Amino acid sequence: MTLDMEHLRLLKADKTVDARGVACPGPLLEAKRAVTAVPMHGVMEVISSDEGTTEDVPLWARKVGHEYLGTIADAGLWHIFVRKEK
Amino acid sequence: MVGMAEAATAPSAVSGLGTAEPRASGMAMVIFSGDLDKALAAFIIANGAAAMDIPVSIFFTFWGLNILRKEGPVTLKSPKSTTEKMFGWMMPRGMSHLKLSKLNMAGLGTRMIKNRMGEKKVMSLAHLVQMARDQGVRLIACTMTMDLMGIRREELLDGIDFGGVGTFVAAADDSRSTLFI
Repeated sequence: MTLDMEHLRLLKADKTVDARGVACPGPLLEAKRAVTAVPMHGVMEVISSDEGTTEDVPLWARKVGHEYLGTIADAGLWHIFVRKEK
Repeated sequence: MVGMAEAATAPSAVSGLGTAEPRASGMAMVIFSGDLDKALAAFIIANGAAAMDIPVSIFFTFWGLNILRKEGPVTLKSPKSTTEKMFGWMMPRGMSHLKLSKLNMAGLGTRMIKNRMGEKKVMSLAHLVQMARDQGVRLIACTMTMDLMGIRREELLDGIDFGGVGTFVAAADDSRSTLFI
């Protein structure tokens, strides 16, 4: 279940993946690599400047069993939040 | 994009998210083409699938074999015939020598797209291939077309697999999607 904006903005990420300026499929691959370092039920934030990432990361999360929490769009960047569940 | 997303997630929604995995879950690809753009597309898909924990096998045949050729000098275990040597000379030696399928313009277009990829931070083919291998994507060279075009095992990247049509069909049978590129 995704969170509303208010709750998203209050989230503190256990790990932030800065994939700004990286093209597809870079952000997805960086997210996949980084999630191993996130504690179970911890939150990972993926920052991307590639709009496709906002579709890719939620689909990836669903596919591999993590929880997609939501995305904050901010000045040409997307902050995508995922809770590690697997 | 939204339509595609729904289509892609529909089967797992039916079977229950993250529960029983269906028996066939992989992705099998044939890379027949030795064009730069097609190889890029293939390896972007392979990396994306591998990131989603989908086992990927890529079978390289005909012109696609050139992607796997080592770029440096290779000591052959036995000498090649003249025809075999000619094939070797006429085809691109390795992934950094591939050309665009369209707008190559005697190499100008290919140089332009490579510059553009650098500016746009799109991973190079070499980087994509390395990422794919790091993620466990299986690369299989077709031995029949290797023999046909006079390409020897020692001329191809180390650590890849070799196989025939049976290897591909077995991989395809374990897959839910199969691509011919």
